Amino acid sequence: MKKLLALFWLFALAFAAGSMRLATTTSVNDSGLLEAILPQFTVESGIEVEVIAVGTGQALAIAGRGDVDAVLVHAPDLEAKFLREGKGVDHACLAYNNFVIAGPAADPAGVAQAADALDAMRRIYRSGALFISRGDKSGTYHRERSLWRAAKLVPDGRPWYLESGSGMGSTLTLAAEKRAYTLTDLGTFLFMKDKIAIVDLYNRPEPLMLNQYSYMVVNPKRFQGLRSSAAYRLRSYLLRDDVQQAIDDYMKEKFGQSLFHALHGKCLMEVKP
Amino acid sequence: MDVPLGEIWEIAWRSLRIAGAATFLAALFGLPLGVWLGARPRRGGGSARVVLYAAMGLPPVVVGLFFYLLLSRSGPLGKSGLLFTQTAMVMAEAVLAFPMIAGFTAAGVRARAANVRRLVRGLGGSEKQVLTTLLWESRRPIVAALAAGFGSAISEVGAATITGGDIRHHTRVLTTAVVLETRKGELRSALMLGLVLLGLTLLVTAVLVVWGERE
Repeated sequence: MKKLLALFWLFALAFAAGSMRLATTTSVNDSGLLEAILPQFTVESGIEVEVIAVGTGQALAIAGRGDVDAVLVHAPDLEAKFLREGKGVDHACLAYNNFVIAGPAADPAGVAQAADALDAMRRIYRSGALFISRGDKSGTYHRERSLWRAAKLVPDGRPWYLESGSGMGSTLTLAAEKRAYTLTDLGTFLFMKDKIAIVDLYNRPEPLMLNQYSYMVVNPKRFQGLRSSAAYRLRSYLLRDDVQQAIDDYMKEKFGQSLFHALHGKCLMEVKP
Repeated sequence: MDVPLGEIWEIAWRSLRIAGAATFLAALFGLPLGVWLGARPRRGGGSARVVLYAAMGLPPVVVGLFFYLLLSRSGPLGKSGLLFTQTAMVMAEAVLAFPMIAGFTAAGVRARAANVRRLVRGLGGSEKQVLTTLLWESRRPIVAALAAGFGSAISEVGAATITGGDIRHHTRVLTTAVVLETRKGELRSALMLGLVLLGLTLLVTAVLVVWGERE
């Protein structure tokens, strides 16, 4: 009861001081990272952050219509396009981890023995083992398509290439049920791996598999009614050393590794508008 | 459990409020329309009923998308800032509940209209007395109509996601929370939320039936 009252008080306070909306990817939201770092921001600033968790493509689409104040996404070339079109400003790289190819422990395609990421994709392609694509416009889907392109392969129309059209957690579950391969971000994989029968077969931090999360403010000049000053305060907060450290430490003990490595604003993958 | 009990009640209470408001709004327009369509002495109104019955199958995601485009800052009503609020959810769900309420009411009233009119008129009653008697005699189908409207509003997930955005402590309702927990693989939480949803629907329907069918 006391806890509930405190919570209520926190809402009342947040409501009085204002709020902002952040569109983000399911991987950041479902891992619980935001719920670990945002309450402190609300206490300090009085600004409550309303989080809308969708795929990166949808997050950028929502932001492009002026329906949120900021985005936290993970698709560098889509971010560059967003900036180029003048929809977003003040891009900041927050954290990174890597993409993982997950699949059945039996590994019929021999992905674990792959020389590199492109070789892993080729092995899946040649083996004809099931592969589940997100099939949406998420950052993970975007990367998967770049990998196929880089490997000069066209999986579309192949009987083993399935599209789930749903979030990462659902797609991993689907892949586990069907004993299929799929590309996933490390965070969601670590969260799901004990709940379903799937293992990481290709999990190496190489450039092609780098997964970088960035924050952008929706261009205040494009729409009326945006809460841009709140969006900028959140930007400064997320880049602050102690918050970056908290991001780095998040779930480190539980998983024995960082879910998200802090970037302190320094991008590993270039985002050129 | 991934969702604490306190939050489950919070979400359930919000679901109840939003679906309740949507049902109220839909009944405000749907009941009079249904009664009017059902009680008209002359034949006809067939095309209106066809439209109404067809609208019972309105796809929630399409209704959600419509309100999204309407309320988005880039849309015609963008200045209202209503997208991703409970108000937007109430509006979309009211549109979904409206044909249920109007349609079932029209069907129920219509089935009794001819007999009641003959009886009341035969006893020398006025057309106004026909209507009041008809309303009283139709209370059971009207309760069914309200229950169907409420059921469609509270159990709906597509429009709720698109217009509400599933924002924690703001627009997260039982259905969108079930989707989220399932996506996260938290099946126990998802099941718990689902059971609360079923229980809530049962409870509200029971209240409606007991209240509506009293003698």
